[in-house]
Amino acid sequence: MSCGPRRDGACLAQIKEVEEITLVSNEKAGTITTAEPTIEKETQSEEELDLPWQVVVHNDPVNLMSYVTMVFQRVFGYPRERAERHMLEVHQNGRSILWSGMRERAELYVQQLHGYLLLATLEKAG
Amino acid sequence: MDICRRKSVIEISELDPFLAELLRQIPASANPDGAPAAEQRIFSPPIKGKATEFCAEWKMYVEPELRRLFQSATETVATDLEQLNGNEKSLGNRTLRIPAKHCDAWLSALNQARIVIAAKNKFTENELNDHCHSPIGSRRDLSLFQVNFYGFLQEFILRELRS
Repeated sequence: MSCGPRRDGACLAQIKEVEEITLVSNEKAGTITTAEPTIEKETQSEEELDLPWQVVVHNDPVNLMSYVTMVFQRVFGYPRERAERHMLEVHQNGRSILWSGMRERAELYVQQLHGYLLLATLEKAG
Repeated sequence: MDICRRKSVIEISELDPFLAELLRQIPASANPDGAPAAEQRIFSPPIKGKATEFCAEWKMYVEPELRRLFQSATETVATDLEQLNGNEKSLGNRTLRIPAKHCDAWLSALNQARIVIAAKNKFTENELNDHCHSPIGSRRDLSLFQVNFYGFLQEFILRELRS
């Protein structure tokens, strides 16, 4: 599908460029030469920039608790206890954050959860 | 009605005509067409708040996939339900055998049907949790019974999948 990652800012990577231009004087020749500029680039990986996305599951009075637990186990590979903990959180608090990380993967999880008819959304953390 | 696991089949026997009819209605009940509330619930938005470009893309690319997934499940269930259309006496009890490999399709179709019926009838959480509801006296009561009956089947299938 083409619902690929989307970012709020225009830049994917923050690039810090530091240009150092060294002026070297040559007194004997009476000339000034310019050394090659040194360019330092500091980049952040896509994964680092894409971290704050959350997969949230919302309460739904129709889906059975046992069904929701099974779905969490299947989709996220969580052990039964962890899946049940999330299911109870959804039931009691109305929502639970099931996973957080890169947007593209979060989208995939939301799509899978919709395939099981759970009310799931993608949210940016914070 | 009796329900048990026999090797790779879930067998529902002693199905009286009323329950057999409720089962026959699963594929039709799972169809949200013509009920905006049901359609909206089955194809819920992937983000909260205002519709965005992402929602538009989701509608264009993901929803058709989900539609196919749901339809495939109801078609599998409809095929299994053909066992109930035999030439037996119309008031006789029936037996339905669900192959274990169809369990996921049944879970999906039952869930679709429960969600669509609940959305169409606007059942509240209290109504859905009231398992000691008074006997069926209206179309709405029948729909609530249908939701609970399908839920019971889901629970049994889930138990079998776990074991």
